[in-house]
Amino acid sequence: MAELLVYLAATLVGVAFLLALYRFFKGPSSADRVVAFDVLTIVSVTAIALVALAEGRGIYLDVALIYALLSFLGVIVVARYLERGL
Amino acid sequence: MGMLMTAMTVLLCIAMIVAAFVAIAGKSLPIAILSAGLVSLVASVLFLVLASPDVAMTEAAIGSGLTTFLFFFVLGRVRKGEHDGGEHD
Amino acid sequence: MDIVGGLLLVGGAAFLLFGGLGLVRMPDVFNRIQAGTKATTLGTLLGLAGIACLQPDWALKLFLIGLFILFTNPISSQVLARAAHRSGARKSALTAVDRLEEDHGA
Repeated sequence: MAELLVYLAATLVGVAFLLALYRFFKGPSSADRVVAFDVLTIVSVTAIALVALAEGRGIYLDVALIYALLSFLGVIVVARYLERGL
Repeated sequence: MGMLMTAMTVLLCIAMIVAAFVAIAGKSLPIAILSAGLVSLVASVLFLVLASPDVAMTEAAIGSGLTTFLFFFVLGRVRKGEHDGGEHD
Repeated sequence: MDIVGGLLLVGGAAFLLFGGLGLVRMPDVFNRIQAGTKATTLGTLLGLAGIACLQPDWALKLFLIGLFILFTNPISSQVLARAAHRSGARKSALTAVDRLEEDHGA
C-alpha cells in the first residue's frame, strides 16, 4: 500500500516537472523563465528525496540540502541582474 | 523500484535535451546562461540516479551554482562597461 | 505510520502538481510567481514530512532541508517579483490595484 502511494507521488512529481519545463521552454519573458527555473529546482529537491527513499540511502539527501541552499542564491543573482543592479 | 528509475531517467534525458536546445537556440544571453544551469541541474539528478552522490554534489555546487553565478556577474560587469562608453578599465 | 507517510507524500506531490499547473495556466508573471512559489513550498514541506514518516532515521536531515526551503523560498520569490516589477513586466488585463506603483508615483 505504502509502495503504491510512493509510485503515485513519483508520477505526480514527474508531471509537475514536465509542466514547469513547458513554461521554461515557452515562457515569453526572462522573469517567466527564472520562475520556471526556481520551480524546477524545488521539484528536484523532492525528486532527489524520492530517489533516496527508493534506493534506501540517506547520503543522497546531502545533494537535496545543497539544492535547498543554491536555488536561493541563483534566483537572487538573476533578480539583481534583471534589476540592473549587479 | 526498477521501473520508477527507468521512467525517471527517460524524463531527465528529455529535460536535458530541451534545456540544451533552449541554450543554443534562444535569442538572449541570460536565458542561455540559465538554460546551461538547468542542464547542470538535470545532469546532477541523473548522476544521483546512477548512484554517485559525490559527483552529483560537485556538479550541484560548481556546475549549477558557481558557474551560473559567475556568468551573471561577468555579464552585469560587461553591460555596465558598455553603458559607460567602454573605454575605461 | 507507513500509510500516513504515503498519504502525506501524495498530498505534497499533488501540491507540486498544482504549482506546475498554475505556472502553465496563469496569465502574467506575478500570478506565476505566486502559484509557483507558495504551492511548491507547501508541497515540498509535506513531501519531506511524508518521507520522514516513512524513514524516521532521516528526520533530522529532512527537517534541515525543510527549514532551508521555508526560509529561502519566500525571500527569492519576493526579490524576483520586485525585479520583475522594476524591469516593467507586462501585467494582466485583470489587474485591479498596484500598490507599489502608487507608492512610487506619490
